[in-house]
Amino acid sequence: MWKARPEDDRPTLNPSQPAQPAAAAPVSTPHKEALKPSTEARADVGHIGKSVVIRGELSGSEDLYLDGEIEGDINLRDHKLVIGPNGKIHATITARDIIVHGRVTGNIVSSERVELKRSCSLTGDVSTQRIVIEDGAFFKGAIDIKESKESKSDSRKPMAAAAAAGASSSASSATSSSSLSASPAAQGSFLDPK
Amino acid sequence: MSSGQHNFARWLRGTASAAQPADVRQRTGARTSRRCTGLGEFTRDLAGTDDQKLCALDLGPTSPANITFLTSRNMRAYNEDILRAAKDPTFLTRQEDGSHRIDVERFFAENLAYPKDHFDAILAWDVADYLPEELVRPLVERIHNILKPHGALLAIFHTKDAGLDSPYCRYNIVQPDVLELDPEPGFRIQRIFNNRHIENLFQDFASRKFFLGRDNIREVVVGR
Repeated sequence: MWKARPEDDRPTLNPSQPAQPAAAAPVSTPHKEALKPSTEARADVGHIGKSVVIRGELSGSEDLYLDGEIEGDINLRDHKLVIGPNGKIHATITARDIIVHGRVTGNIVSSERVELKRSCSLTGDVSTQRIVIEDGAFFKGAIDIKESKESKSDSRKPMAAAAAAGASSSASSATSSSSLSASPAAQGSFLDPK
Repeated sequence: MSSGQHNFARWLRGTASAAQPADVRQRTGARTSRRCTGLGEFTRDLAGTDDQKLCALDLGPTSPANITFLTSRNMRAYNEDILRAAKDPTFLTRQEDGSHRIDVERFFAENLAYPKDHFDAILAWDVADYLPEELVRPLVERIHNILKPHGALLAIFHTKDAGLDSPYCRYNIVQPDVLELDPEPGFRIQRIFNNRHIENLFQDFASRKFFLGRDNIREVVVGR
């Protein structure tokens, strides 16, 4: 039939074109390098799956992703705790950073930051330096913002808390509160009292 | 544009928005804003200090903006979505005639269970308009119990002209006297309170101050 053109067999040198995945091809080094940090990061995080049920005290000295059911106390004093969407926690939680996607009944004590995601349901009191609450999160309890030692010494304006509305601003903290403000000139309705 | 024209245009926009039927606003689900003089009055002297934090309770759905507002004023922010709790079927008890009613005693054993004179301020919004009849008076009694003497309560009531189809909204504080209304489907107004009803409802409180908006919403600042 047709004779294959010699240039078809030549390896492409264009770096912008992604290489076709091939089973027998040697593993491309850049791809491996891209995956490396995330796998390393994952290795540092303990993982409790959704079928795990624990009754008692849970403590540790590493970050933890928790998607199971816990009844008791959780203590990760200087580490980060992520409660996954399937997590059901009946416990007092102490950690540096706490991110809640699932359901928590109990008090939360964080030395730095608490994030309540839109799927979260929290019944209990929160004591933290900073808090971010996404629109749609359910919360029943009290929020107590503790001022950090640095900010106290700085004698800045007490704006320690930031509850950001919406996923877009979930990463922001104290400064995001300004994005919630609406100037009167931009309002649709001006309703003055008689 | 001159400031006079600008103010007139602003006023006109506000009127048009206020005149929009409530059901249209509910369908679109769009957030609207309104100036709330009652809130301005309520928040005027509301701020804690580093040494003495005030306690404020929000009875509406969880609002990040309100929590930001309250905590930035050195307050301990409490939140209890009382209307959502009232929808919980576990509080219903079957009556002799087959109907279901909320077990008020059990409801208040699990909700708003705070010590006497605990709060400096309570944001009740328009919860009383949407709450089942049997819970309204006990709620006001409970509020009277948990609010400190000289504490303040902000309540909002729809007038007859606002209409029974007014959507239930989550109120987000965007400025000390500006609210953002975010419609929350699933609730209907149960009754319309007139001035006399409101006076009777809060008869045990020391003072009541009324503000009537152009959108036929009555804002009441009640002092304990």
